[in-house]
Amino acid sequence: MSRFLLKRLGLALITLVLVSIGVFAVAEVLPGDVGRTILGPYAPQSSVVSLDHQLGVDQPFPVRYWNWISGFVRGDWGTSYLLNTSVRPMVVERLKNSLFLGAFALLLIVPLSIGLGVLAALRYGKAVDRLITITGLSVIALPEFVAGVILVVVFAVQLGWFPSASSVPSANPVDWFRQLLLPAIPLMLVLFGYVSRMARAGTVTVLESNYVRTAVLKGLPRPVVIWRHVLRNSLLPTITVVAAQIGYLVGGLIVIETLFTYPGIGLLMYDSARGHDLPMLEATVLVIAIIYMISNLTADVIIAMLNPRVRLAA
Amino acid sequence: MTVESPDPALKAVPATVLSTVVSAQSSRRARMRELGRALLRSKTFMIGMVILLFWIFDAIFWPLFVPHDPLGLDPINTLKGPSSVHWFGTDDFGRDMFSRVLAGASTVLTVAPAATALGLVGGISLGLVTGYYRGLVDDILMRVVDALLAFPLIIIALLVLTVLGPSELNVIIVIGIVFTPLIARTVRSAVLVEREREYVAAAKLLGEPGPSIMVKEILPNVVGPITVEATIRLGYAIFAAATLSFLGLGLQQPSPDWGLTIALGRPLLQVAPWIVLFPALALATLVIGLNFVADGLKQAIEE
Repeated sequence: MSRFLLKRLGLALITLVLVSIGVFAVAEVLPGDVGRTILGPYAPQSSVVSLDHQLGVDQPFPVRYWNWISGFVRGDWGTSYLLNTSVRPMVVERLKNSLFLGAFALLLIVPLSIGLGVLAALRYGKAVDRLITITGLSVIALPEFVAGVILVVVFAVQLGWFPSASSVPSANPVDWFRQLLLPAIPLMLVLFGYVSRMARAGTVTVLESNYVRTAVLKGLPRPVVIWRHVLRNSLLPTITVVAAQIGYLVGGLIVIETLFTYPGIGLLMYDSARGHDLPMLEATVLVIAIIYMISNLTADVIIAMLNPRVRLAA
Repeated sequence: MTVESPDPALKAVPATVLSTVVSAQSSRRARMRELGRALLRSKTFMIGMVILLFWIFDAIFWPLFVPHDPLGLDPINTLKGPSSVHWFGTDDFGRDMFSRVLAGASTVLTVAPAATALGLVGGISLGLVTGYYRGLVDDILMRVVDALLAFPLIIIALLVLTVLGPSELNVIIVIGIVFTPLIARTVRSAVLVEREREYVAAAKLLGEPGPSIMVKEILPNVVGPITVEATIRLGYAIFAAATLSFLGLGLQQPSPDWGLTIALGRPLLQVAPWIVLFPALALATLVIGLNFVADGLKQAIEE
């Protein structure tokens, strides 16, 4: 197990280094002189040159990359060009808000999706199964902003139940629902599609297995068969899907946060990309990549823990 | 009919070998007929197909039946609600939303298929070569796929399009390039199975060169997984293209593109919700229709 873990960790680190080089390279070829962008078109060339020098953007690429990445590791993430504040507290603050929203969506939808997925499997081929399957199929590919906009028109504009732009909720639990429910639903729809599908498929496979038939034939009551025998095995793949979806959530948040102007890391990344705020952009993308990597790694480790064949093959 | 190791003592090999190749081809034809019947029976596939065909028809022929010019300004009738003249209302320039929704299908149905096609061409060639020859290229490709999978498509596109500048062509290129290694992976794993089959060994014994085996023998037998992958990818491409338009990284004003219209209509949500509602519903039906087709196809092929 530890050998497997080390190997996966090593691969993840290599990928992260590649990603960081990629991110830095792409961000640094953004058109336009950094000093010129900050100072505007009418600033004299001499001040542009001196600002470039002060920011260090006139140095060669490997030097700049090394300065950036070693600073990042030490916790010095640079200063935002646009906001003129330190990058790290800002990113951490926004990340916290995003994790709030993501966790809210995840906690609401995962139990529901698993429940409905299992229900569909138990009613295999019946009307309930079809309804759940078709719903999952319909919402899985719905772009988040499409579902989001329809929800806003109905529940914020027409009915006035929720605000059309969301902010970070106060400690009041009613406020939690008011602020987070509308932005969370589009994310929940996509998650519902994946999770319920996996739960259903896993349960259908296990229900057909011989040991479940034995359990039924030896006269165990149905709830016992389902709880003790079916779910334990059928939900294994679902757990890994949930872990892998945490990464999706972080990506999906860009769109949702833009739509609801929710102050999360996705909106921060979007704003810094549009405003050519390089230090902020690089930090947000790398942080998102790290989270993505951690959630994928977690999924892999869970699979390996549950299935000896995977870790032995490595 | 099995072809064992190419033993030089075996004189009768060519005849058996030939029949292996031929029988692989004829069973393929029978499978296609069966697949067609399964698709016609699948309700999910048929409903999805009707929706999809409607939008494809609309995307091509909208100029023939839009009631108003989708770009025509009407400064007197701005922000009017749905009425008998303007079924879906008008936007802040007085443009007819019904006409704009009908015309908007063409942009997303150009960008997404073009991007998917680009990804398919690259992915199939790369997948065939790496799956058949394995080796160094194969290892490199798998690392690239890992790195790409380590990232949501939207973030890659956001980064690249900020650099290249927003345009229809750039969106196609970005999505196509991101798709290439992903499609290549699917093709590769299908090829890995096929290359061990008898008919490939038979073709090798007949002296067919590698490229010809890949294209003429293996490719027709991996069409199934490629078709499924293509429909799924097309769904993602629509998802991505619409989302990028929404983020302002794709088409620009005055295009009637749905994602763009929704983004521009967002500030007017309180006064004129119909501007965003109808393009959103249109996009939803298109995506759902395509997903139904993909799922029906997947089930039919897997059976």
